[in-house]
Amino acid sequence: MVATVFLFYVFSIVAIASAFMVIAARNPVHSVLFLILAFVNAAGLFMLLGAEFLAMILVVVYVGAVAVLFLFVVMMLDVDFTVLRQGFLQYLPLGATIGAIVLIELVFVLGGWTLQPATVTMRAAPLAPNVTNTAALGRILYTQYVYFFQAAGFILLTAMIGSIVLTLRSRRGVKRQSIDAQNLRDRKVAVQLRKVPSRAGL
Amino acid sequence: MAVGLTHYLIVAAILFTLGVAGIILNRKNIIVILMSVELILLAVNLNLVAFSAFLGDLTGQVFGLLVLTVAAAESAIGLAILVVFYRNKGTISVEDINTMRG
Repeated sequence: MVATVFLFYVFSIVAIASAFMVIAARNPVHSVLFLILAFVNAAGLFMLLGAEFLAMILVVVYVGAVAVLFLFVVMMLDVDFTVLRQGFLQYLPLGATIGAIVLIELVFVLGGWTLQPATVTMRAAPLAPNVTNTAALGRILYTQYVYFFQAAGFILLTAMIGSIVLTLRSRRGVKRQSIDAQNLRDRKVAVQLRKVPSRAGL
Repeated sequence: MAVGLTHYLIVAAILFTLGVAGIILNRKNIIVILMSVELILLAVNLNLVAFSAFLGDLTGQVFGLLVLTVAAAESAIGLAILVVFYRNKGTISVEDINTMRG
């Protein structure tokens, strides 16, 4: 129990600190690395909540794919990032004000919030005992929510096709290997026999 | 002192606020804006999973899975648009994205 509380505070503090560093870091590469740290710590929080499958998905999909994609794009674009940071101090009062307003509103929501006792009777998919999180999630994801699952698949397909269509380009003037032309060459085309006179050269 | 639902909601609220502030603070850098959107979606997911765990209802985790899917698709498309924009213009400053102004 004490370990759980300790881990909760460690994960929360590290997640919040790294989220702060994501928006405050000078170098976008550092921002991406802090984003990875925030995601890993959020996965730790998910583990504490008992959502093991989502925690693993967060690590595999987010840290493994999305954050690496961010890192790849940041390093691929040759941009002077100091120019992009120039408005930071100019926008600091506005950003801090809006952030404070949002936080105060959320504190008001959390302060005056209670759970109706009847909520427990309205659960759509109650947790069954002696079933692991992944198995339970699979049981309802492939039965009750199968259409949502298919829709998620279509969203990913659309994203895949969209990003391929956007970034694919056919460049002119690039020499490529033509296997047909190579295979169609025969001896008559490739070899030329010349009768060279002695001591004369070509 | 046991960790309750409110603790998780406070963490999610702080993460959400940092994401919103990050969008406004880094108005020029679209990469950091995309990362701030990811932070906001992470905060939403933390809320969903926290409610799911404390109510004992798995539906929240299913919804969290869908949010993760949409966030991954969004960042992939966003980064693809960013790469195409950089290829055409040679910059990624948000202030230069104004040729579609009416």
